[in-house]
Parts: sequence; C-alpha cells; structure tokens
Amino acid sequence: MAGTIEEKIGGGLEVDIRRQMPANGGPGFRLEARFSAPPGITILFGPSGAGKTTVLECIAGLADPDSGRIRVGEGVSFDSGSGVSLPAARRSVGYVFQSLALFPHLTVEQNVGYGLAHLETTERRRRVGEILEAFHIAHLAQRRPREISGGESQRVALARALVIEPAVLLLDEPLSGLDAAIKARLMDDLRESIARRRIPVLYVTHDRGEVFALGERMVFLHEGKVVAEGLPHEVLGAPRLEPVALAAGFENIFDATVVESHEEQGTMTCRLGQTAVHLEAPLGRFAPGAALRLAVRAGDILVAAAPPSGLSARNILAGRISALNQVDATVVARVDCGVEFEVHLTPGAVRALALEAGKEVWLVLKTYSCHLVEGSAAA
Amino acid sequence: MNWQAITLTLRLALWVTAILLVVGLPIAHWIAFSRWRWKFLVEAVVALPLVLPPTVLGFYVLVAMGPRSPLGAWYESWWGRGLPFTFEGLVLASVLYSLPFAVQPFAAAFAAVERRLLDASATLGASRWRTFFRVVMPLSVTGLVTGVVLSFAHTVGEFGVVLMVGGNIPGATRTVSIDIYDEVQTLNYAGANQTALLLVVFSFVVLSVVYALNRKEWPAWPGR
Repeated sequence: MAGTIEEKIGGGLEVDIRRQMPANGGPGFRLEARFSAPPGITILFGPSGAGKTTVLECIAGLADPDSGRIRVGEGVSFDSGSGVSLPAARRSVGYVFQSLALFPHLTVEQNVGYGLAHLETTERRRRVGEILEAFHIAHLAQRRPREISGGESQRVALARALVIEPAVLLLDEPLSGLDAAIKARLMDDLRESIARRRIPVLYVTHDRGEVFALGERMVFLHEGKVVAEGLPHEVLGAPRLEPVALAAGFENIFDATVVESHEEQGTMTCRLGQTAVHLEAPLGRFAPGAALRLAVRAGDILVAAAPPSGLSARNILAGRISALNQVDATVVARVDCGVEFEVHLTPGAVRALALEAGKEVWLVLKTYSCHLVEGSAAA
Repeated sequence: MNWQAITLTLRLALWVTAILLVVGLPIAHWIAFSRWRWKFLVEAVVALPLVLPPTVLGFYVLVAMGPRSPLGAWYESWWGRGLPFTFEGLVLASVLYSLPFAVQPFAAAFAAVERRLLDASATLGASRWRTFFRVVMPLSVTGLVTGVVLSFAHTVGEFGVVLMVGGNIPGATRTVSIDIYDEVQTLNYAGANQTALLLVVFSFVVLSVVYALNRKEWPAWPGR
C-alpha cells in the first residue's frame, strides 16, 4: 500500500539495509531494517539500542550498511548490488542529531548558513533570514550556541537542517528534554515547514507519549528489525509481539498457553503460566498448545467488590488485594488471582469500594482487553 | 652575549616551526582520525625523538644525509653541496627531533573535537577540506598554539642533535646551546651565564603561555 502512495507523490524514502551491529558489552545483533516512508512524518520508534540511530546514519551516509539499498525520491544513495554509496556530503539529507551538534564557535546565523556555502552572499543571507524568521529565532542570529536555551538550540538545529532544502529530513529525538509547551510550539513550526516542502521525515523517538502526540504513521524497530508498522493506536493499541506490548506500556504480561479455540464464539481459552487461571482472548491464528504471552493494560481491568453478574465480559477472576499505592492521581493495586495483576484505579473508586490490602475482589477483563502476543524470540 | 648565535637560533626555530606546522598538521590529522589497526606503530615512530638520546637520532640523521646515502647523494646532485654541517641540514634534523612536540598537541586537539560536529558538517554538504578548515582547526586553536610554541621552544633548546649534525660553525650551525657549551669550555662563566639565563627566562615564558592556554586540560597524548 505504501507503494501506491509513493507512486502518486513520488518523493518517498525506501530503506532496505542489513548491517552487523557490534556487541558493545551486550550481545550483538543484526540490523535488518526494511521500510518505506512517504512524504510527511514517519515515526521510527523502538527501545534504546534497537538500532534507530544506526538506521539514520546509514541513510545519511555516515555509516555504511553491509548490504542493501537506500532510495530517496528518484535517487539511489546506496546500493550494494551496483556498488553505489554516495558520500554524506552529496546525499542531501537534513540531519538533526540527538546532541544537535551545533558548531560552538559559529553564531546562530553562521551555523544555519553553513550548508549554503555554495550560494552568493546575498542569496545566502536571504535564505538564512527567511528560515530564522520561520523558526522564530531571528533575534538570536548573532548569538553563539552556548548563549541560547535548549529549546532555541533545537530550533537552530532544525533550521540548519532544513535550509539546505534536503530531500529527506532525519530527526533523532529532536524534542528530548523540552517541556511540553515548548515542544508543542516547536512541533507546530516543524509541521508547517515540512508541509511546505513535501519531503519524507524520519522522526526517531523512544517516548511513546511523543508517538501518540504526533499521531503519525510509525515504524517499530526492535533489535534491528521492523516488527510492526502503522498508526500509533494500531501498533501500540493492539500489539502482536511482546516487545511492542512492552514498549506500548502494557503493565501485565504473562506466559500463556492456548488451551482451546472456539471459532464460533470468536475466542480462545488460554491458561496463564502454570496456574489454574484461564482467560478468554480474541480468536487468533494460534494453534492450541502454542506458548505465547498475554498482555493486559492495568487501566483496562475493572475491579468489583462483590461477585459481578450479568456482564458481557467473559473473564471474571476472584482474587485478593496484596498492595495499594497511590502514584500521582492513580492508585496502583496489586491483585493476586493466582497470578498477580497490576490494576489502575482512581482514588475515588478506591474510596467508594472501600478497597484495602487483604480485601477480596473480583477482576473483570473484557476479551478484547486480553492481547495474545508472541515472545521476543519470534521477532 | 653572542648575538650571532642568538639570531641563528631564532632563524632555525622559525624555520623548523613553520615546516612542522605544514608537515605536522596532516600527520596529526591522520593520527587523530585514522582507524587503521597498525596506527600505533606510526604513533610510536613519531614519538621516538622523545625517548631517543639526541646523539642516536643525530647519528642516524647524519648518516642519512651523508653523500653515501641516497638522500644525501640526491641533495648534493641538486644543490651542489651536502647537508651535513649546514644550516639546511640542521633544519631537517631539528624538524625530526621536534616532530612529537608539534604532532602530539595537534593530534590531541583534533581528537577532542566532537565527532558529531564532523558528521554535521558532512551532512551539510561540506568537503573534508572545508570541514577541516571551518570546524576542526577553529576548535583546535589552543592545541595548535601549544604545538607551535612547544616545537619552537624545543628547537631553541636543542643541543645534542645540533652537535652531531651541525657541528659548531659560527653563523651556520652554532646555536645558543652550543655557544654556552663553548663559553664553559673556555671557562668564560660570565658569558655562559648571560646566555643561559636568557634561555631560562625564555623557556619559562613559553611554558607559562602554554599552561595558561591549557588551564583546563593538557593531554600528553590524544585520547582514543
């Protein structure tokens, strides 16, 4: 489907690379990333050490894949098959590094104009002036990087990367360490600039809050491999793999074995670990006996102080509260039902039900809140 | 005071420093940025003058410059005279002798430049040359000054190599350190003291400048 979008617009980014990652203390892994990014923002998401930055470096020409192909718009910038590997300086890639990498000895104006050395002075001035205005940093033109704030530095780095009119923009956690208000304003300015240029933008982050805030198409990278693609609520809301469920913030993840599938009911019965706890999960393409993981969000579990009846929910588990802790406006309850569930409640609900440690409760889980995922080995 | 020896010494030190700047920068750049696995061998060769007795270095340079060596023969056929016991020969020997004093501070400064700045420069379309002159050099200024000052001062103060390669020819190879030696040999302690004191003051000023420039850190050898 991505192919048809690109055919209409023509300026996408296509990555298909393989590279052995060195074992820096941990076990090394093989980067095998294959994805495409149409014009607009694509989020490259994954836990730290998944290889996100290496993917960006390969696209920019700062690192070479062992093999593969990288296409930006009409141009091939890397192709191991035909021996093509353009040097970084000729790839037309705008790159905002995680450390920003502003030149400390140059002013903001000189930093932004650095990539326009080939232009005449007047033209260069005009382009730099324009982009400084667009990013609201014109008043900082004569300052040096150490004399401006973190948010301002990020704006300078973005302006410097965009002013060269790159064919693709790479952002490595460009908004990390900024507070929400500054982030939102910067994001608006960035969106505007990108919309005008119609170029693919790869936005790297490991912050899922940022992913939902951006709401753009995402590519999920885990140990060098693309394990999921789609919109954030599709990828993180209905994970198919354990690493995705972990990154999506599922608090409860258990070993589970498929006991029986009921195709006419659209469900399958699973046993949690070695316990007697059975849960109904949506019908999947798993065979009975399959060893999987079952993920449930702590906020998707209802708590009843008396045995509930007359509910559509298929899963009702009796248990006992083992601990209650308030974290900000959420009460985190641990409930032992044979396996221990983490459940999130409001302080009001805790008071209304007079919940306390040791109290007997019933947990209610909708079938669709139970997500069967494959372990990381399957990734 | 022997002003002829002093001006000769300054002339020598200026030449040597200028040549080391030209020769030392690319060597330092290579040492700082190369990923060649045998790089340490080159680093060891560059550092040799630090540990070799000047007589050893001077002896081999003398042999290399002699008319029986290819270099000496080539030079003589071009210029019509040999290198040993001339000012030019002294410059060549001093360049080798002071090489680590230029290359090590240069390389340390280059290696300390944040790599991401070089990456940023490359993605902004800059060639290696432009990156070197616009990013690496400006950010290495203190290291460059340190290397220049140290190689100048080290050349001013050398003795053994001069004696081996240059001998003691007034106006051509008789430097201040040789002059002091001569004064002492002739028991002219007052004359020796004047020149020696000048060297002490000069060296102190030079080192003060270097340490003042590098108050934060002064790595003896580039970190990896």
